[in-house]
Order: sequence, then C-alpha cells, then structure tokens
Amino acid sequence: MEKILVGLKRVVDYNVRVRVKSDSSGIETEGVKMSINPFDEIALEEALRIKERGEASEIIVISIGSTEAQQQLRTGLAMGADRAILVETDSQVGSLCVARAIKSFIDRDSVDLVILGKQAIDGDNNQTAQMLSAIWDRPQATFASQLEIKGDKAMVTREIDAGLEVIEIDLPAVISADLRMNEPRYVKLPDIMKAKKKPLEITALSDLNIDQGPEIKSLLFEAPLERSRGAMVNDVAELVATLKEKGLA
Amino acid sequence: MPKILVIAEHNGAKLNTSTAKTVACAASMDEAIIDVAVFAADASFIAIEAAKLNSVKRVMKYERSENEHSLAAIIAPQIIAIAEEYTHIFAPSTTFGKDLMPRVAALLGVNQISDVMSIESSRIFKRPIYAGNAIETIEIPMQDIVVATIRIASYAATTNGNSATIESGNPSKVKLPTHTRFVEIKSSVTDRPDLQTAAKVVSGGRALASEENFDIIYKLAGKLNAAVGASRAAVDAGYVPNEMQVGQTGKIIAPDLYIAIGISGAIQHLTGIKDAGTIIAINKDAEAPIFEVADIGLVADLFIAVPELIEALN
Ligand SMILES: Cc1cc2nc3c(=O)[nH]c(=O)nc-3n(C[C@H](O)[C@H](O)[C@H](O)COP(=O)(O)OP(=O)(O)OC[C@H]3O[C@@H](n4cnc5c(N)ncnc54)[C@H](O)[C@@H]3O)c2cc1C
Repeated sequence: MEKILVGLKRVVDYNVRVRVKSDSSGIETEGVKMSINPFDEIALEEALRIKERGEASEIIVISIGSTEAQQQLRTGLAMGADRAILVETDSQVGSLCVARAIKSFIDRDSVDLVILGKQAIDGDNNQTAQMLSAIWDRPQATFASQLEIKGDKAMVTREIDAGLEVIEIDLPAVISADLRMNEPRYVKLPDIMKAKKKPLEITALSDLNIDQGPEIKSLLFEAPLERSRGAMVNDVAELVATLKEKGLA
Repeated sequence: MPKILVIAEHNGAKLNTSTAKTVACAASMDEAIIDVAVFAADASFIAIEAAKLNSVKRVMKYERSENEHSLAAIIAPQIIAIAEEYTHIFAPSTTFGKDLMPRVAALLGVNQISDVMSIESSRIFKRPIYAGNAIETIEIPMQDIVVATIRIASYAATTNGNSATIESGNPSKVKLPTHTRFVEIKSSVTDRPDLQTAAKVVSGGRALASEENFDIIYKLAGKLNAAVGASRAAVDAGYVPNEMQVGQTGKIIAPDLYIAIGISGAIQHLTGIKDAGTIIAINKDAEAPIFEVADIGLVADLFIAVPELIEALN
C-alpha cells in the first residue's frame, strides 16, 4: 500500500467544560484550549504504525477548517505524518461537505486507505467516514478497535452495541477509529522542530470543485437542563431505607 | 404530510427495542404516516413484532440472504431504492443506525442529523453536542429529505397493540456490493437484563481494580435485577467487555435507577446517564464530581459498602 490519508479536526480540548454563549448564538471558544480531536489522534497513530510495519509508504494528514487548524496539522506532522493539507474555510461546514473535500484529494493523490476518527467531540456527529465511503463507493469499517492489513484486504474488529464484530473488507476503504484502537504517542521536542520543515499545502475550500449544497442551519444553542445535587446518606442502612422509600429496592 | 420510514434494528431473529423508541419519536411529529422497513434474510418474525407497534401504518419486508448481518454497505443501497416515497428516514442512534444512516444520507446527497432528542416541527430538531453540554436547535433545508438517527434515551418505547399491514418489497433488483464481508460477532452471552433498555443499572469504574473484583457489581446487580455497565476506564483496563461502556462514546441510557460505584463522574460518562431517573453514587472521595449529579450519595469505600448493601438487600 502506498498512501494513507488521515483526517485531523481542530476541536475544543476534551478537558474544557464548554459553555453556551449568553446570546445563544454558539459555543464560547474565545481563549479556550484547542486540540486535535482525540479520535483523530488515534486514527493517525494507527496509520503511523502501519507505515512503521512497512505496510504503507506515505502518511498524509488533512484538515478542513480555519487557518488556525495549521497548528493541529503541525502536531500531526510532529507525530510522524509526512505531509499535510489544509482545506481552508471560515464557515461551519457539514460532514457531507467535509467528505466531498476529502474525496477530491483521494482522487488527486490516489489514496489507498483513509482512517478518520469515529466522531468529533464538538458536534458528536459520527458521520464523515460513512459519508466518504458512500461517495467513494468503497467499504466502510466504522468504530474500529483493531485493524489488520492483508495485502489488498483488511480484517477489522468493530466495537458495536452487541460486542465485537469482525468484518473483512477490500481495499481501498475508509476506517473510523474507536478509542481502544491504540494509545497515541507523545510528541517529542525534536520532532516538533523537524515538523516545521515538512510540507503543508493550503487550498481554499471554495477553490475545490465540489458541490457545497445547502447546509443544515443552526437556529439556537442552549445549556442543557442540569441535574441538581441530591442528598447524602451516612451509611448503607440509610441508603437501603431511601431506596425502599422510593420503591427502587 | 410527513411520511416517515423507520429502519428496524434487529439481530436476525428479534426486533430490538430501539425500533419501538424510534417509532415513538416519529409519532411525535404532527400527522406523520409511519412505515417500518425490515431488511433481513428471513424477516417474518421480526415483521410481525414490528406490526404490533402502535402508530405504524405498514411494515415492509425486504428479504435477501445478503441482509443476514445488517452491513451498512449492503442495506444502504436498498434504502435508496425506496427513499423517494418518504419525506423522512429514521433509525435509532445505536451503533447499527450510526453506521448506516450517514451512508444513506450521502448517497442521497444530503446532510444527516445525529441523535435527535426532540422534534420541534417536520424540519426543526434538537440534538445534544459537546458530550451533552449544549443543545443545538437545527433546521433542515426545505428541499432535502430528512435522514436522522434518534437518541433512544429520549423516548419511551411505543406500546404494542397494533396490527399494521405487512408487505413484501422486491429488493432483488438492487445490485449489491461484495466488498464488505461479515466474519463473526463475539458477544459475551449473559442472562442479565439488557443494558440499553433495563430499568435498573449498576455500573463499576476504575476503582474496582480487577476483573475478579467486578464480581461484587454483578452480585449487586443480580439482587436488584439490574443490568451491568461500566466506565471507559474499567473497559480500557479489561475488567469488562466494551459493550458495557456507558457514556459519550459508549451507550446512552435512561434507566429508572442508576448506581455508579467507584466512578468519578467525568463529563464523558455523565452524558450517558443524564436521563436516568434516580442516580446513586458510592465513592470514597467526597469531592468526586459524580456527587454533583447524584440524587443520593454515599461517601464510602466500595469494598466495604457494596458487600454490606448486598447483605442488606437479602
Ligand atoms: C474522547 C473521549 C471519550 C470518552 N468517552 C467515555 C465514555 O463513553 N464513558 C466513560 O465512562 N468515559 C469516557 N471517557 C473517559 C473519561 O474522561 C474518564 O476518564 C473515565 O470516565 C474515568 O473512569 P472512572 O470514573 O472509572 O475512573 P476514575 O476517574 O479514575 O475514577 C475512579 C473513582 O473511583 C473512586 N474510588 C477509588 N477507590 C475507591 C474505593 N475503594 N471505593 C470507592 N470509590 C473509590 C475514586 O475516588 C474516583 O472518583 C472518554 C474520554 C475521552 C477523551
């Protein structure tokens, strides 16, 4: 296999407790720590391991987003990716548009395998990998916790509600990474220096020849109903009494 | 008038409860006409179960040997072949629906809505984002068919009592890919209640510290006739299998009673239990965030409190 393409999305770091803006127009992102979506980091780690086993020769990272997403692409290059592509846009684009943008680079660069995170922790949509494989007319293996490349096929173990499902797919294909696929490596300082010299190509989304269709419109953002702190009990006897009172035991 | 197609989830033999919850969501839309589609190798028993669900007008069976394992790449093109008749296509937001529906939407050239928690109108929906820390209201463009997954924890299952008509569709015209092949499913077989639909759930976290220690969680669950869940940390550490994970990237559940034992209450975990009736937490750290959402909290060492609790319930 020649090339693996990995998607990296810039998102609010998973440790940040997000807040809705007071005018309900969106999420407060001013001054908030931004990171690579954790699932995408896992996707990149998997691609790097495939390359390190000698089963692929080039790892390309791609992000569709604002100019600041170059930071996340640089981190991806520091982790070990060979080159990066930023498809720049300031608008909020839906998963279908992202899938179409990625597809145009699959065609241009003759990509053999795409690994994406199963969901981004901002919109929690869980869509892009499935949409990409649909428009590419190739197999999808979502929520993957294990991936084994066997020539022009792959065996993938998927985390599903009933347990683990194993499927065999023909390559090229799209994989979406679940949390237990691997543990991403830490970036070392010398790698950050080296990453500065790796190629990072920037293309405007509007320069790609893709159908941008009408997007889903956001009307309003609200804080969720919060649960409130209840009562503390002192011991198990009190706990059992309360359970019985509520008819729960 | 909205015409909604609900894609049935099943395991080849039985209808999954997620289908009845998805039908309940569809029925909350004004004047909706609801069909259920069953894609299976042998759909006969599943279709009979689906036809009992109130609010369903018609059950369509699509039987092909290729449909035996509910693979998205196989089912999606068959849905596309019948999509024209409908204004909306819904499936549960389980791993089945999440795998399938974006593929359907992309083939139809539209965006997809994930995790609908409330229907405001035929084109306006609410859904959680950022692990449930915000709720977004969205509007679908006028001309688009609405393809959505439904957050099943937000809906009570539609009751039985109906006898909708059952019809056989003719799916054999659709050409199916052969690039995706089912190999096997590994499930831990249990006779405990199903985590996604159980009225009571007992979950254990990292504090359990081993697979063997998890036994006390199973014992307590047994006493309460509860399903067993876990935090991501407990699954990652190999104490329990992946299908027991509750949270943002595991199962989103809404039992009447949820007991969290040795779980700190990270936002990614809490998003899975927001809709629970009563939350009970047992944790030795009085500052653990789980106590901020628990209805009843007990600060205690679980290895002392849980055996006591089991004893007291005898
Ligand atoms: C992208 C992403 C997705 C995630 N998705 C999920 C998800 O779906 N579900 C999920 O659960 N997590 C998820 N997580 C992980 C989450 O952030 C937490 O790391 C995880 O929930 C912690 O599990 P825990 O509470 O068991 O462990 P810890 O946070 O380590 O908590 C253990 C608790 O046990 C208590 N304890 C220790 N010993 C005892 C004792 N003897 N008696 C009583 N109490 C004791 C401690 O006080 C502590 O509060 C996700 C994280 C990320 C980044």
